[in-house]
Formats: sequence, structure tokens, C-alpha cells
Amino acid sequence: MSDPIILFDKVKKAYGNFTVINELDFEVRRGEKVTIIGPSGSGKSTVLRILMTLEGINAGAVYVGGEPLWHERRNSSLVPASEKHLRKMRTQLGMVFQQFNLFPHMTVLRNLTEAPRVVLGLSKAEARHRAEELLELVGLVDQAHKFPGQLSGGQQQRVGIARALAMRPKIMLFDEPTSALDPELVGEVLNVIRKLAAEHDLTMLMVTHEMRFAREISDRVCFFDKGRIREEGPPDQLFGQPREERTRDFLRAVG
Amino acid sequence: MLYGFTWDTSNGELAFALSILPILLTGLLTTLKAAFLGFFVACVLGLLFAVLRGMPSKLVAWSTAVLIEFIRDTPLIVQLFFLYYVLPEYGIVFPAFLTGALALGIQYSAYISEVYRAGIQAVDHGQREAAKSLDLPPSRTFTHVILPQAIPRVIPAMGNYLVSITKDVPVLSVVTIVEMLNAAKIIGDQTFNYLVPLSMVGGIYLILTIFASALVRLADVNLPKKGIPLR
Repeated sequence: MSDPIILFDKVKKAYGNFTVINELDFEVRRGEKVTIIGPSGSGKSTVLRILMTLEGINAGAVYVGGEPLWHERRNSSLVPASEKHLRKMRTQLGMVFQQFNLFPHMTVLRNLTEAPRVVLGLSKAEARHRAEELLELVGLVDQAHKFPGQLSGGQQQRVGIARALAMRPKIMLFDEPTSALDPELVGEVLNVIRKLAAEHDLTMLMVTHEMRFAREISDRVCFFDKGRIREEGPPDQLFGQPREERTRDFLRAVG
Repeated sequence: MLYGFTWDTSNGELAFALSILPILLTGLLTTLKAAFLGFFVACVLGLLFAVLRGMPSKLVAWSTAVLIEFIRDTPLIVQLFFLYYVLPEYGIVFPAFLTGALALGIQYSAYISEVYRAGIQAVDHGQREAAKSLDLPPSRTFTHVILPQAIPRVIPAMGNYLVSITKDVPVLSVVTIVEMLNAAKIIGDQTFNYLVPLSMVGGIYLILTIFASALVRLADVNLPKKGIPLR
């Protein structure tokens, strides 16, 4: 088994008195597709937000690719990460948001080329070429010059996925990618994610309520409860024969 | 005689009114110039204040807040006198018109910075998170993601301040600037007829304000149609 690309070591995160993540130990191997399920408030989205450096941690340590994320090594001791360190670490991760968060004043193409040009220093032609390849992948080549507001929710989320991929991350984080979509639009987004999952070197971490989809594409499913992993295992085992009473209750409730 | 135009006081009120109209319109031009220059200064300085006010550094943010509060809480005319009479004592001399426009600009920058701030805060937080997840630097995020979405939202409020600043220009008459109101007063002083010129100033202001408000409303209705959300 290869080294974990993501490692949470006794991570704690609290908002005031409310503990969201409670001494969490968690790891994801390179290329692994992991799905996190659990009731709302169980801390599942927070795990992704900590990885994307949108939320800090209160205790413990997070490692990405063997390097500490929220700390950096200085004179053989660990100190809180500087913005420079966070920026370097961030390039390994891409995130897809529940509310898409596309830039509404930029065309689809511009949404996809902005960061590659500014952050990675790609030329206009290179960035455009990369964007067109990704639009091909998500099936939106003909929408390149539209604004996000002119697209359906499903199309917007596919642009969101393409935008994150344009930075060539090693790890893709999906934060309830289909929760804000009308039911008939969920399928087209899941199809794109399914295509990505077939790629072996991309590590994927997804929070979702689409249980059937999770069972289909995941290597491993983690059931979160009260800021910890209550139960985890291969999808067939976790969905088929859950060991914990709490997991069974949850799965029964979500149908 | 004023601005090379003479008034006609011997052929009734209408002839008098018509004869002083060019004078008042020349004064109006000064009023508009002062208003637009002041507004331009206010827009630039206001944005600077809004940016400094939102800095992570507590020292910068707080001292900017104090400065904004100070500007807002002292009368325009005091600031005007300060710039006009005190600065020359330290060797800083601007022409009266520039001093007046600057005073207007500084006073309104304090109000306008709050408008910018509200506009910036109204941009969905998810936009910042998306920019961060793409590793866009904070400066680029501000100029290319946040600001382009904030500015259309503040246009209606800005328009109202432009109207307001135009109505404040007569204050500049205290530092010898002959804008429209001052011109009317000079005419009154010399003809002993204040009713006609002052009524005309009121009328011209009314037309101007109605026109400007219509423009603001036009922007209010049309920007969202062009895909720019004002929310």
C-alpha cells in the first residue's frame, strides 16, 4: 500500500463551543476514490474545507502528499503555515462547490482560463487549448462564450468541475456537487464525475447524498457522525452489511 | 454685467429673465465642472478608503475608519475653509476652484467608501472561496472577481451621491467661486431683483435633479438586463 496522499492526524476543529471535527484520524491513498456520507452537521463538508484551506484547524495536523498543510517546517519544528506555504499546497487540490461559485461576470471560457493564466502563467493560447479540452470532457464545447447565468444548473456545475480541473490538481474535492440541482439535472453531473473516477491517478474525495452513486464509484465509503468516522469500509460492505446501529439508522433514514 | 453678459431691467420680468439666463447657464457650467471633478475625486478616494478599511491589518483598518468618521462628522464648509485658508499658511496653494472641488471630493469620499464597502460585502462569499481554491492571489481576486461584481451594484447609490454633490456646490461660493447660485446673488445685489434669478436657480436645479434621477433609474433597470446583477 502506497503512502497516504491525505492524512488527518487527531484533527480538531470547533466553532466556539461547537466541535465540528473531533480528534479525527483519516487517510486517503493516492488515486483512491473516497465518499463521505453522514447526517448534516457531522463535519463532512468541513473535512473538505480544511483541505482546501478555507478553514483552519484548532489542533492536530493535516498532511497532503506527506507535507503538513496547516503547518510548515522551520528549524526542525512545526510552525503555523504562512500564506506562501498555503498557496503552494493549494495547487495540489481542486474543489467543486455545492453552489458552483462560478464567476458570473466572466464567460465560461474565461472562468476556465483565468486561474491557469494568472497562477500557472500559461499563455492565452495554452490556457484556451486546455479549457477547450476540458469543455469537451464535460460536453460543453458549444457553451464556451456564454455567461454562467445563461446555463442550467447542471451545465454550471460541469463548468465548475472543468474549472477546478484546469489547474491540474492531484486531488479533487467534491462538496455535495449535486445537492443544489433539480433532480433531472443530477445525472449529467454524475456522468462527468463517473468519467473522472475512471481515471486512475486522480484522487477523489466526495461528500454526497447520492447513495447509489457513492456505492457505484467509491473504493471506500466513510460514515461520519459527530465529527468522527463512525464506520468505514468498501461500499458493498458499508451499504450492504453496516456493522454499526447508527449507520443502519442513517441509511434507513435516507432511504 | 457678468461673464460678458448684461441684464435687461427695463422691459419687464420676462426680458430680465431671458437676459440673465446665459449668465446662470455659465454659472451652471462651473457648478457641473465642480460637481464632476469632486465626484471623480470622491470615487477614487472612496475606493482607496474602502480597500484600506477592509485590510487585515487592524492598525490600517482602524485608522482609516477613524479618518472616515472624522471627515463625515465635520461640516463641509469647515473642511473647505481649512483647505482654502490653512493650507496656504504651509505653502500649499491651489486655485479656488480646485480647492473647492477637492473639498467636495474629500467629504463625499467618506460617504462613497461606505457604498463601496456595502457593495463589496454584498458579493457572495463563495466567490472568494472559489478564487482561493483556484489559488488566485488576493489582489487579483479583488480586482478581477470582487470589484467587477461590486461596482454595478453600487451604481444607483453612486448616482444619488452625484445628485447630492451637485446640490452642495453652492457652498463653494464662500471661497469666491462664482457658480450658479453665486452668479444669481451677484445679479440680485446689482439689480435689487432677487426673486427672478433665485427662482431660476431653483428651477434649473430641479430640472437637473429630475434628469439625473431618471438616468439613475435607467441604469437601475438596464444593468440587470445586461446580465449584471444589482441585487
